Amino acid sequence: MILLIPLAVVLAGLVSIVVLAIGYGGEDVALLLGKALALLSILSVVVLSLTWVERKALARIQQRMGPMRVGPYGLLQPIADGLKLLIKEDIMPAWVDRPIYWMAPLAVFVPSFMVWLTMPFSSSLVLRDMELGLLYVLAMSVLSIIGLIMAGWGSANKYGVIGGLRSAAQLISYEIPLIVIAITIAMMAGTLNLTEIATGQGNTWYVLMQPLALVIFLLAGLAEVGRSPFDIFQAESEVVGGPFIEYSGAHWSIFFLGEYINTFLVAALITIFFLGGWSGPLLPEVAWFLIKCYIVILVMFWLRGTMPRLRIDQLMAFGWQGLVPLSFLNFLMVAFAMFYGWPDWVQTVLSLTMLITASTFLYLKTASKKVRPTVRLIPAREVRRA
Amino acid sequence: MVNMGPQHPSTHGVFRMVLWVDGERIVDAEPHIGYLHRGSEKLCEGELYPQIITLFDRLDYLANYNMELAFCATVEKIMGITVPDRAEYIRVILCELNRISSHMLFYGTMGLDAGAMTPIMYGFRERERIQNLFEAVSGARMMHNYFRIGGLREDPPDDFAERVAGILPALAQGIEEGDKLLTYNEVFLARSRGIGVLSGQEALDYGLSGPSLRASGIPDDIRVIEPYSVYDRFDFDIPVGNNGDTWDRYAMRVEEMRQSLRIVEQALEQMPDDGPIKAAGVRAIPRPPEGEVYFRIETPRGEMGVYLVSDGGDKPYRLKVRPPSFANLQALRPMLRGVYIADAVMILGSLDIVLGEVDR
Repeated sequence: MILLIPLAVVLAGLVSIVVLAIGYGGEDVALLLGKALALLSILSVVVLSLTWVERKALARIQQRMGPMRVGPYGLLQPIADGLKLLIKEDIMPAWVDRPIYWMAPLAVFVPSFMVWLTMPFSSSLVLRDMELGLLYVLAMSVLSIIGLIMAGWGSANKYGVIGGLRSAAQLISYEIPLIVIAITIAMMAGTLNLTEIATGQGNTWYVLMQPLALVIFLLAGLAEVGRSPFDIFQAESEVVGGPFIEYSGAHWSIFFLGEYINTFLVAALITIFFLGGWSGPLLPEVAWFLIKCYIVILVMFWLRGTMPRLRIDQLMAFGWQGLVPLSFLNFLMVAFAMFYGWPDWVQTVLSLTMLITASTFLYLKTASKKVRPTVRLIPAREVRRA
Repeated sequence: MVNMGPQHPSTHGVFRMVLWVDGERIVDAEPHIGYLHRGSEKLCEGELYPQIITLFDRLDYLANYNMELAFCATVEKIMGITVPDRAEYIRVILCELNRISSHMLFYGTMGLDAGAMTPIMYGFRERERIQNLFEAVSGARMMHNYFRIGGLREDPPDDFAERVAGILPALAQGIEEGDKLLTYNEVFLARSRGIGVLSGQEALDYGLSGPSLRASGIPDDIRVIEPYSVYDRFDFDIPVGNNGDTWDRYAMRVEEMRQSLRIVEQALEQMPDDGPIKAAGVRAIPRPPEGEVYFRIETPRGEMGVYLVSDGGDKPYRLKVRPPSFANLQALRPMLRGVYIADAVMILGSLDIVLGEVDR
């Protein structure tokens, strides 16, 4: 139903007002609402641009041109797509669990939107600069799991249920390394305030000290938003979209919106945690922030264009046997370094050593546990003779 | 119990299978075929011999030339027609190119089944070169209706040899690029190795043929063991797998594309520049003598056999098709027991079925 969009906006607005009001008390409600709506529109524009960038980047990898018809270089394609989704017939199967089916897109979208209340775009451009911003972001981003399970269950579809349960398993497993790395960063920065984490890095970005943490965070983040190669809960060729299987039109577009906002969130968190946030010469802070975010996102698209999908057991093994212990090791390393006051370069060396060891181990484990498979070639002449 | 198909993106057509699952594991699987049944064999009994060629085009719609060859060669065998050399070479070139284009589609869909979306674009880029050539030769991109009993419908374009030679380097490069992109990708290896293993004996027992059989280590290629057309004049290798798993079945096809290129190159060299393209003395509507004949060729999917019973009339008395995909599909059920749902998609993909010939 087309009504769902305003409903989502209203809900998101209400929730954000509540959050803001708790912190402020006594600010103008109309102003708060205006801010929330402005944030929503900014995010929508970001999502629209992301879809365009993704299609163009993938097209580039695949030697295609991507969208070229609507507007110059297909720039207006996302708008055309959005309109199409809105005016598309919204099919609801007769046997769905209606309340759950209806709530699910909101349960995915609203938390992913609310996270952004405290995400800084620059040192001054932030809706509500919370002291416990990091905690709030992590808490909110976990909520969307419920929405995915609701969607899978409410659709009354077997693929939906499989997808929903897959998403629960996957998201909870990868939440752990994500949070541990976030704690590590908070320890190094000495604050949970996102703005201070970003500005506190100065010129020594944390990526220089923690390359391992960046890799873990990127991989866990990819799994968290269900992007390739960890897109098993919506695997097109297996569970045909998973939780989203029965959704179409406006319902689906809400999921879509939430998903891309989450993708952008992961990129933004990586930028803030590891890439010095908005620091950079000449250009305004917001520009630097967006440039870094888009570079991270392009890396995600690049992975998507080149990687097949893991299987559920391999995914869980990779999470629990790989990322979780590594993230704890990294955490310990930082703890020791801070306790004994080791210089920064020691952390860099240790982190790089661990990264190289881990990737070598992973490579050896997968590639040469057995012999590299080959094909035997039997000349036709020999067979003819025999 | 999960119902996979007939409307599922990775069942490659309208194949349906019912999976009994325990969590993510498959306990048992039951394939249901027949959604694309058109009664082709029965239709053949009501058509004149030249008209049947169009029906065969629609069996394996990814390897149309091979299908046409299977039928034409069968009738030629029962009638004892010798096809002129030039026509045979053109047939071989077209069939081998068709094999490459079919395997290219397999390569792409295998990538899709594994969750990678780029291979199919690479595959289709190469297919496009071949399809353009086919279009120039026969006027159609898929349902060519180009082979005739005793030869070809008409001469290919004057620059046929140059055009074929022109796309070969590009194809070779495309195959290498595709090989680099997917074959040894760590994730792809993890997904395909040791999955859906069939031993050589099992493969034989289930009646597998073609690349799916050779992946299990049996060098069985009808082009070699029972040469038809002019295949005994070419020098090429038969790729054979070591483990009979999904990766081997995939790698067979990639390697076969290279071998097909070799065959095309040799055929271009040996092809006479001019000469008849149709055997003399074959009537427009042939009437094969009374009798029966079985003839088989190696299509991209395996052994395509045609059993023809003629009562001396202008229509076959009975025509039975032994399609490769149908036989290959029989091995699906035992392979699916005990694997993950995601593996089921890979295993089905690795058998490379075309529902047009499974259901006929």
